[in-house]
Amino acid sequence: MSAAAAEQGATAAAAERPRFSLGNPWSKPRWLTGITWVYILWSLLPVLLAIRVAFNEGRSRTSIDGWSLKWFFGDSNFSVFGDPTLQDALTHSLLLAGLAMLIATPLGIMLAIGLQRWRGRGSGPSNVVALLPLVTPELVFAVGLFLLFTTLLSTIGLGTTAQAIGHVTFSMSFVVVIVRGRLVTIGPDVEEAAADLGAPPLAVIWRILLPLLAPAIAASLLIVFALSIDDFVVSQYLASGAETTTVPMRIYAQARGAPLPSLNALATLMLLFTLLALVLAYGVFRFMTRGEKRGSAIEQIASIDSGGGR
Amino acid sequence: MTRRRIWGLLAAPGMAWLGLFFVVAFYAVISVGLGNVNSLYQPVPHWNPLTWNVGYLTEAIQSVIPGGQNWPVVVRTVIYIAAAIIGALLIGYPVAYYASRHAGRWRGLVVVLLILPFWISYIMRMFAWTNLLAPDGYGSKILSALSIDSLFSSLGLLDGTDWLGGQGITVIIALTYGYVPFFILPLFASLDRIDQRVIEAARDLGAPPPSSFWRVILPMSKPGILAGLVLVALPMAGDYYTQTLMSGSPSTSMIGNTINNYIQGGPDKVLGSAITILLSAVLLVFMLYYLRTLRRQQGAEAA
Repeated sequence: MSAAAAEQGATAAAAERPRFSLGNPWSKPRWLTGITWVYILWSLLPVLLAIRVAFNEGRSRTSIDGWSLKWFFGDSNFSVFGDPTLQDALTHSLLLAGLAMLIATPLGIMLAIGLQRWRGRGSGPSNVVALLPLVTPELVFAVGLFLLFTTLLSTIGLGTTAQAIGHVTFSMSFVVVIVRGRLVTIGPDVEEAAADLGAPPLAVIWRILLPLLAPAIAASLLIVFALSIDDFVVSQYLASGAETTTVPMRIYAQARGAPLPSLNALATLMLLFTLLALVLAYGVFRFMTRGEKRGSAIEQIASIDSGGGR
Repeated sequence: MTRRRIWGLLAAPGMAWLGLFFVVAFYAVISVGLGNVNSLYQPVPHWNPLTWNVGYLTEAIQSVIPGGQNWPVVVRTVIYIAAAIIGALLIGYPVAYYASRHAGRWRGLVVVLLILPFWISYIMRMFAWTNLLAPDGYGSKILSALSIDSLFSSLGLLDGTDWLGGQGITVIIALTYGYVPFFILPLFASLDRIDQRVIEAARDLGAPPPSSFWRVILPMSKPGILAGLVLVALPMAGDYYTQTLMSGSPSTSMIGNTINNYIQGGPDKVLGSAITILLSAVLLVFMLYYLRTLRRQQGAEAA
């Protein structure tokens, strides 16, 4: 290397030194990256371990111990499909989720369309009531329904019907939020054009609004499913006995007791159903809104979640 | 049918449903709490406001004020919630900030991973920790290998070495763990809405990064922080299952446990309802505050 080149290198370094010696203060702060990934690991690793334990060969629920599917199918007495109490919990959870989906979605869609356009007396309080379940602590909500079904509506009483009603009630507000978000995106133009061209109101709803709302409807159906299958407090308060036990209730009851990985297997299956519903919801939503201008579909789904802690 | 009326008619079934199973259900809490009991200690609700009996409500109020039987539980609930939301803020803010402004090409993945805990049942996430923190669990072993348990013991935060044996600190950490995803997401949305040009303007006008953070970004994200904290504090106030799973000891019980014990456990359903009324009255302010910010946000998006 010639002296001149070395000198040139030195001056270049000198010229840059003031700017880079402390690092660029406007660059991406490394510690933020660190905190975020540590947080993500912390938030997901315990659950991943719980899933891994479901595939254990041995009976330990606290450590990894070989590979097998026996806690799902194999063991004739203690696996999810061998132990009737675990199997019943799974079928009951799926039944409630199905009922909630089929009732909450149409009710929520109609409520959302109505609230979005209705500007009369009573629309203000109705708006508040439609959103209030999102922020009401689930315990307050569940105590209310429990007392309702044991006093005024004791003819219905506690049990599957009461549980389904409870799930519909809290998930309907989520449908309202999703569908109204979509109504805002669609805007009133198409609908007004149809009305101006002489379409009666019902035809506008049936032939214009509903097809445009299809992605929100698909997303609603599957999110109600996920909310219902994950619910614990309302299910527990409105349960009437062993046959109305759901998966989260079973996990809650046995988490600190009888330690077998079949409980992990049950939790894994429930998680699998929830995630399947979400992947489907996301896929359908993306497919149906393809070609539309939007931020990111992920973030649209994310914005749905600004509801309560369930 | 007029065009105006049809919208009200569409909303009617849903409103009727919510009217019965949400509004009337809450009215049932009031009627039971302000009602009486029969000779079998079963609640007799007083549906007519003119016949309300304030006896149990008075008893409930006396039990939650200083000197009352439930006063320690109230204090503990407030401390646990305060500690847990401070934890959520300290963990959640940097994460939401990174995800919204610095994640770059990883942004999609980071957002998906931040949303994921939402959709894992809360009970399952707590259950995962009961496996980890059992005396022979991986979590206990790691904490013991890093001497974190002895550190916490010497600070007086941990009694013995069993993390699941009625430790307040475990309940607080579990609450933070359980609810921090619900704090991050709305905060992420609100940080994401801050215009990058505002930050660039601060920088061009000579503000070093710390002061552009303290004087521009933080004030602009204040509504998001407050809304997020309210959103996680509300369900914590009615939480009883975290405590049961992570401790189970009466020495760490929260107000949610008190209500749950009264309503599901013993003969004191009326007193439980009266405490539920008090809890709701306190929380209503926060609930309406959150709904107002939510609607303002929706209004801003629609505009």
